[in-house]
Amino acid sequence: MSQVNRIKGGLVDRSKSLDFTFNGKSMTGYAGDTLASALLANGQVLVGRSFKYHRPRGILTAGSEEPNALVQLRSGAAQEPNTRATMTELFDGLTATSQNHRGSLEFDLMAVTDLASPFLAAGFYYKTFMWPAAFWEKVYEPIIRASAGLGRLSMQDDPDTYDKGFLHCDLLVIGAGPSGLAAALAGARSGARVILADEDFAPGGRLNSETLEVDGMAGADWAAQAVAELAAMDNVRLMTRTSVYGAYDHGVYGALERCTDHLPGSGGKPRQVLWRIYSKRAVLAAGATERPIAFGNNDRPGIMMASAVRTYVNRFGVAPGKRVAVLTNNDDGWRTAQDLAAKGVEIAAIIDTRDRPAVCDVKGARHVRGAGVVDTAGRLALKRITLTDGQMIDVDCLAVSGGWNPTVHLTCHQRGRPVWNEDLSAFVPGKDLPQGMVVAGAANGNLTLAAALDEGRKAANAQIKDLGFTVSRKAAPKAEDEAYEGAPKWHIPSGKKRAWVDFQNDVTVKDVKLSHQEGFRSVEHLKRYTTTGMATDQGKTSNIPALAIMAECTGKTIPETGTTIFRPPYTPIPIGALAGRARGTDFRPYRLTPSHEWAKAHGATFVEVGNWLRAQWFVKGNEKGWRDSVDREVLNTRQSVGICDVTTLGKIDIQGKDAAEFLNKVYANGFAKLAVGRVRYGIMLREDGICYDDGTTARMGENHFVMTTTTANAVLVFRRMEFVRQCLFPDMDVHLISTTDAWAQFAVAGPNARKLLEKIVDADSQDMSNEGFPFMACGEVTVCGGTPARLFRISFSGELAYEVAVPARYGNSMMEALMKAGEEFGACPYGTEALGVMRIEKGHAAGNELDGRTTAHMLGMGRMVSSKKDCIGWTLSQRPEMMREDAEKLVGFRPVDRSQKLIAGSHFINKGDEATMANDQGWMTSVAWSPSLDHSVGLGFIKSGDTRMGEIVRAVSPVHDTEMEVEIVSAHFIDPEGERLRA
Amino acid sequence: MRYSALRILKEGLTGNKGWKPVWREPEPKAEYDVIIIGGGGHGLATAYYLAKEHGITNVAVLEKGWIGSGNVGRNTTIIRSNYLLPGNEPFYELSLKLWEGLEQDFNYNAMVSQRSILNLLHSDAQRDAFIRRGNAMFLAGADAEYATADQLRAELPFLDFDNARFPIKGGLFQRRGGTVRHDAVAWGYARGADSRGVDIIQNCEVTGFDIENGVCRGVQTSRGPIRAKKVAMCVAGSSSRVAATAGMRLPIESHVLQAFVTEGLKPVLPGVITFGAGHFYVSQSDKGGLVFGGDLDGYNSYAQRGNLPVVEDVAEGGMAIMPIIGRARLLRSWGGVMDMSMDGSPYIDKTHIDGLYFNGGWCYGGFKATPGSGWCYAHLIAKDTPHPVAAEMRLDRFKRGHMIDEKGQGNQPNLH
Amino acid sequence: MIIDHPLLGPRDAAEFIYLGDACLIDRPDWQAEDAADAYHDYGYIRDNIAGPMQELWYHEQGDRSWLVVTRDTLTHEITAVELARDVARARGRSK
Repeated sequence: MSQVNRIKGGLVDRSKSLDFTFNGKSMTGYAGDTLASALLANGQVLVGRSFKYHRPRGILTAGSEEPNALVQLRSGAAQEPNTRATMTELFDGLTATSQNHRGSLEFDLMAVTDLASPFLAAGFYYKTFMWPAAFWEKVYEPIIRASAGLGRLSMQDDPDTYDKGFLHCDLLVIGAGPSGLAAALAGARSGARVILADEDFAPGGRLNSETLEVDGMAGADWAAQAVAELAAMDNVRLMTRTSVYGAYDHGVYGALERCTDHLPGSGGKPRQVLWRIYSKRAVLAAGATERPIAFGNNDRPGIMMASAVRTYVNRFGVAPGKRVAVLTNNDDGWRTAQDLAAKGVEIAAIIDTRDRPAVCDVKGARHVRGAGVVDTAGRLALKRITLTDGQMIDVDCLAVSGGWNPTVHLTCHQRGRPVWNEDLSAFVPGKDLPQGMVVAGAANGNLTLAAALDEGRKAANAQIKDLGFTVSRKAAPKAEDEAYEGAPKWHIPSGKKRAWVDFQNDVTVKDVKLSHQEGFRSVEHLKRYTTTGMATDQGKTSNIPALAIMAECTGKTIPETGTTIFRPPYTPIPIGALAGRARGTDFRPYRLTPSHEWAKAHGATFVEVGNWLRAQWFVKGNEKGWRDSVDREVLNTRQSVGICDVTTLGKIDIQGKDAAEFLNKVYANGFAKLAVGRVRYGIMLREDGICYDDGTTARMGENHFVMTTTTANAVLVFRRMEFVRQCLFPDMDVHLISTTDAWAQFAVAGPNARKLLEKIVDADSQDMSNEGFPFMACGEVTVCGGTPARLFRISFSGELAYEVAVPARYGNSMMEALMKAGEEFGACPYGTEALGVMRIEKGHAAGNELDGRTTAHMLGMGRMVSSKKDCIGWTLSQRPEMMREDAEKLVGFRPVDRSQKLIAGSHFINKGDEATMANDQGWMTSVAWSPSLDHSVGLGFIKSGDTRMGEIVRAVSPVHDTEMEVEIVSAHFIDPEGERLRA
Repeated sequence: MRYSALRILKEGLTGNKGWKPVWREPEPKAEYDVIIIGGGGHGLATAYYLAKEHGITNVAVLEKGWIGSGNVGRNTTIIRSNYLLPGNEPFYELSLKLWEGLEQDFNYNAMVSQRSILNLLHSDAQRDAFIRRGNAMFLAGADAEYATADQLRAELPFLDFDNARFPIKGGLFQRRGGTVRHDAVAWGYARGADSRGVDIIQNCEVTGFDIENGVCRGVQTSRGPIRAKKVAMCVAGSSSRVAATAGMRLPIESHVLQAFVTEGLKPVLPGVITFGAGHFYVSQSDKGGLVFGGDLDGYNSYAQRGNLPVVEDVAEGGMAIMPIIGRARLLRSWGGVMDMSMDGSPYIDKTHIDGLYFNGGWCYGGFKATPGSGWCYAHLIAKDTPHPVAAEMRLDRFKRGHMIDEKGQGNQPNLH
Repeated sequence: MIIDHPLLGPRDAAEFIYLGDACLIDRPDWQAEDAADAYHDYGYIRDNIAGPMQELWYHEQGDRSWLVVTRDTLTHEITAVELARDVARARGRSK
């Protein structure tokens, strides 16, 4: 197909031809075209189908407000649904296909819905599809869902990368039209750091689309000159293809820069960058959006916004039609006729809804005063219009101008309400603007060129002066104000013909009237009931006309009827861009333990534990499944010795004269009397009396303690301790520092642990005998010939055990040294799985038990909560229902039939009771296969469990459709007297 | 007027001239048996069930703005009853059962769509917790289904199984969970209540209470005083502010929760998917938009809008779990004000003032509770005694030490 | 949002962890006769102010200061930022 509608002029580069396809048809355009202008140049007026009635649709606008011309861009994994042809820069090899039709675009089978439209009025679906009830999911909804939606996702992973960045500036100028350029120039010349952002690839805004002059030259030339000046300045960042989409608190703006969307491929570069712009001040110069007029069958391809027609003619050198009519309610529409006529395009008629003389002389055009269009014809493209007096005019393009709406969107992002301006018949920015923002030019209701230039400059000057910059004295750009008067005309009565208000969602004037008739009269009800403004264009062309028609129905004024405000984003933002690099394994950072490399080299399988990756078990020899490895590690540890990296446990260094007193506050049990060189187990309560963490704290010196927390709560405990220190006891002499990353810590557990460590700990630094270093001892030692270390005799496994800590940089070597020293004992490394098995065998509570609802009373540690001192959580832990006799208590469980495996998450039901919530006795928290006992063991909470030893109850798991009998036993399956750990 | 396909046919043939307003616009009377403050989902449902189940029809619903303008018009439309604790699960299961018969009951298609909800899990500890929850659901008469990673791979192949930071190890389905067309819930209840004689009065803001000797006798409004035998607050999002005019301080903080919807797409998702580890959940509306959300912004706010970090955080969660959505565009965001209670569970209770009732603290879970809340609140107002399934949702539970803390986060509302 | 840290200058709010109403500084006396009621109110009852509110933010991705930020919950405007320790002392929490 050739460029049948290409005419002379415009800003496209005719030396660079670009080939593209639409629905498989090969076409050609030029560099500087959008897909929309190239389609029009090639005579392709039919571009898509509407959402509900599948009406043929063309191109309505030339900007981001486009409701109709949405295409599926590119193919394969890179395909992008719902892409506005008007915002898509043409590139060589572009492929686009139309959306939302069954069969071809020209013969869409779904267009039958248009014939049924009398039965598909606003909200019809709320009144039917209810019988029989089961049919909704099975019949009605699948049909509705299949026909709804617009474009398709590829269902493949997004192949592109996205980046994020942060920018700072004194002045952010949003929009590079005349007022934005004037503002940026003023700001930049004063020396302020300026960011100028525009969603278009060519800065200049309407200057590129109009024939107006600035400083005696063509507007587009002036814009190019201004841009060149800005581009040469170090204090300016010029950002084209960048949509400032949201105004957030305290001068923070979100912006999306499209880096490679105008290229055939991203070439490995980020496709888009999401910027967070921190601005001291901002000038919003977002321009205005032309609005349509509703009349009978006003949705046919070829019916376009008058300003868009000018854009295609002046900027792109494309005539959207051979014979064009203009329908306008204002002076501005006349300029379309004038510009087209100047390019030699035939103007059949100018229909002005106002009964007043011609605004200007347009050669060959008929002027029809005080009239309108009531109907149109042409199945796939406009052929004819019918006027109010019945006369018909053959045209292939109708340019419609219903006046302009200032683009106030960003002024509303902090819920500021625009105010109605009677002169403009439009909403203009209200007083409650986002902090630091001023509005200039058309966005502020100053719709003419001279006014826009002037206000842009003044707005920027006021802003930067406030920031302490000296305003540049350079002369303001000069231009003349063009005529722009108008009289509102929202819709033209068109008999029984449907007149569209929201093109994409197929909302017509009748729907708005029906909404009123049924009582949906507030603007929010109107939007929700009719779906006006809910389409991909977010009502940029439809909200105000719909509101105006509702106002007519209610007999109220427009501002009395309501105001619509806008929320971010201004234009839709790809989820991929919002996510940036945070996907796949890069979604969140990993923390690696100091012995990670060693573990990797020795058969470790890793598991995610919060942010950490920890060794879960180590495969040895021909071990087939994880159970083989875990059972071996447990038995090896219990019979000889095992080594585990426990660095992930939180470590907090506590120092100061009041350190002991401070610990008395944060732990429920007492610490003040702990002797130097000793360790104590402690439980921590939240202020609400719930037990949320436990661990050991070692007194390394009179004023020096080292605390360990659980891995999961390391950050939280530290945060809460800082709260206690800074906010509750600000004068305590105590200081905290997290040393989790500073020390690599290893548990060495098993009957041979002492023997192993005697080879590691320098003999002159510590007496390792049971008397010299008993259970719950701690000390500073040296290891491996002088390396400073800390040694703790604590045990999570229930065995004779130590934890030895060395500076983190020695972690990997320490692991190697321990394993080497342990060779003669057959030492093995063990992972989190064996760790878990051994702690369950020993009856130690862990994360599954401490789930944020557990009291010390439930853990059987009620008496540890000291009533003799003020500790966090004491008072609220004493509330009556937290102290109940029949509270669920932590006990052990074993299956009556020892061959059965317990299921964590089972609920306990007394024998003979029905399995209902009312009969629920408790639940199983943790289970493990005990290789030491050769049967399954479990921990769990059961009502009054401590008094029910030996009782048989049912552990039911309806999720697995199973239940078994279990016996309530002590939680300490191994060495209940604790002889091993004291050995 | 009864809605049906036949009626649509008849009206369609006669120019749709016969449709009547869905609710009347009455002037407020001087006195009612019951005044419900708040024309949101819960308030309208309460009025509906008062009229339908208890025969109390001399009822006014007073709405400051337009009905449905609270969180029933601003949510992610999910219904489910996958709760854990005895204080919650039977209540939410009652609510889900009411959803299942709702449309036929009030003759309005709210598009109750039981296409399932799935909670993904990523660790053994999470699996244990989910099994416990699933079993609790069964004990309360609900449905639950555990799925292994392989089963999920077959059913939802587009999730990221192979390259994930938090690999999917399984999930818990509730097949009866799903979504509902949220606005239609408010309209359906309004229509049902109105047709039974309830006065729905929009643009009528309650400015104070008439409390005489510890007894509530009525309210002051922007349209004058109105007397009532019983006054029922139902203004989640504004609870603290309204209750303050009655001299009450509540165990509630107001927080902002953002939610998002993409442009319309041909069917992508079969049901609701929640990715707790990444703070992301998503479903697809009948119109084709992916409706998704995540965490609270985290700070107290009445501003009805949020900030960028959470938007990005939610999108990151989305891309982490289903990288097919990278080229779907976020179209619209909104921020709702949540009544965040101190343990994450709601309140349906009498107050210390006779004749004054309170319903609030729904956190971000109020939508799914709409029918159950209306049902139980109507029961409380009509009979002056709590409905059995809402018997633990009391204001004094913190005094007693009987929290209903599903997440185990304690008395910090922004963590629930 | 941007919080003007009294020691470090303007910082993005995303660096901070939010706790809530600065009334949490005013922890009741555990030995007072009404301690049970006082702790109930302290733990569970909130003014939930619509307007300027003093609240606690923790600079977790920074210097670990707890701050008292005066911020309007209707507009998010911040009018004062103080070190919580100073506020606590001013409220009489010195020993």
